[in-house]
Amino acid sequence: MAEVLVCRNGEMKDDTVRIVKTGDVEIGVIRHEGKYYAYRNLCPHMGGPACEGVRMPGIEELIAEDKTYIGQRFVMEDMHIVCPWHSYEFHLETGINTCDKALRLQKFNVTEKNGEVFVSV
Amino acid sequence: MDTLETRYRDLSVEEFDTRTLLANARQQAVQRKLDDFLIVDVDAHHYETESFAEIADFIEDPVMRYEAKYQGYGGQGISSQRGNYQNLTGRVARQSQARKEKTPAADHHRDIEVTKKWMDAISIDICCMFPTPMLGLGTTPRVDVEVSLARAYNRWLIEKVLAHEPRIKASLYLPFNDPAACVKMIEDFGDAKGVIGFTVTSPHYKGVYDNAYMKTYAMLEERNLPLIFHSAIAWGGDQHLQLCNRFMAVHALGFTWFNILHMTNWICNALPERFPKLKTVWIESGLAWIPFVMQRLDNEYMMRSSEVPGLKKLPSDYMRDMYYSSQPMEAVKNREMLECTFKMIKADTQLLYSSDYPHWDMDLPSTIYDLPFLDETAKRNILGGNAKRVFNL
Ligand code: FES
Repeated sequence: MAEVLVCRNGEMKDDTVRIVKTGDVEIGVIRHEGKYYAYRNLCPHMGGPACEGVRMPGIEELIAEDKTYIGQRFVMEDMHIVCPWHSYEFHLETGINTCDKALRLQKFNVTEKNGEVFVSV
Repeated sequence: MDTLETRYRDLSVEEFDTRTLLANARQQAVQRKLDDFLIVDVDAHHYETESFAEIADFIEDPVMRYEAKYQGYGGQGISSQRGNYQNLTGRVARQSQARKEKTPAADHHRDIEVTKKWMDAISIDICCMFPTPMLGLGTTPRVDVEVSLARAYNRWLIEKVLAHEPRIKASLYLPFNDPAACVKMIEDFGDAKGVIGFTVTSPHYKGVYDNAYMKTYAMLEERNLPLIFHSAIAWGGDQHLQLCNRFMAVHALGFTWFNILHMTNWICNALPERFPKLKTVWIESGLAWIPFVMQRLDNEYMMRSSEVPGLKKLPSDYMRDMYYSSQPMEAVKNREMLECTFKMIKADTQLLYSSDYPHWDMDLPSTIYDLPFLDETAKRNILGGNAKRVFNL
């Protein structure tokens, strides 16, 4: 397993993505709320560059006790990675697709050492 | 002779000022001493559109607020009948970015460069290009607008695009609300370079069986030009679809509904018998609707054949003679159903691959290539061979 340097800590702003290419593999490293997440930049749907789209929070429907519809809210603690090709969504935390648990982005470990951020490939 | 004072106002540089615009009104008020009256205006307006960004901040539902700010107001904005949130408030990121894409300076239209870029990337040799918002033009109540825009678009496409790029072809827009204009369109542009057929945009409220269209069909049959039904949605124009309050619903139903409707009328009025050599191609409704209509019509036909005496065989037999584009192929987790659909429509010879690029539900050639139940010949036919034959490419 190789450690690939992504950036110096603090170099990537929050809610940005850096695409790291090592060999034939592209990895999207996402910084969100101070944490780093790394996923293969390859969507299990049709092969789109999954990490190059937007990140959007999940959305929840608000239904009252009498079952009437009230509205919607963003679930800020459940950020999604949205593939730019067809908008398949994946939980940022796990890489698992939001509709089908069998679909997932390949996850990589991210470590920080001596002020530098590495992804393990 | 008295010298009159002369003043000049240059309107090309003068800034707009409401008091200037209403100077004559002020004069009337002064002459009539209106300032001595209490005057109450019980119906005055402002353009809230100009403050919409601020107003959107007052929307209490946060998801709706985000959507309103993204879509804006008026035109195609959040309050419009179409409620255009097709790109999922920015989730489909590539469309807005593609508009800014730089292309090398060339002596032909930018669309050619952009189109060839994605064609090369996807590995497409020849494409048949369709418009986007014009797919809904058939629902305009102004027939003269449909005819004028259709002619303008067709002429523009022929002169600016088709004439310069042999890899791009087109099936020209037929202004279906005006049968005579359809005939003229074929007469005028049927022989133009790159024209491989004519298109009815499916959201239309005219029956395809109307006698007024027989000349159009006959002309296409005689010229061996296919008649294409390209589906779309008509959220604002269709009362049934107005019951949908989500774009996903109107898209899933609308894109199939209009082709289901026209196909059913096409069969029940025995138009395949009247125009046996006219090829019809049904575009962008996916595939799942076809077995549904086949089964439905066959079942009814067995009980009510006296009502449709023009038919000489089962509705599904006619439908198996027609052609279908593949996208958006309903491939989610049901291979068996898909395989059955391919068999039912004789996909090997009748199915034509389509990407629908750059729209958000585009399919790559791999959607066909990767299907395990197709052999090499079938893959080659569906990806290009069938289209080559149908459109004489
Ligand atoms: S390729 Fe990612 S959503 Fe289709």
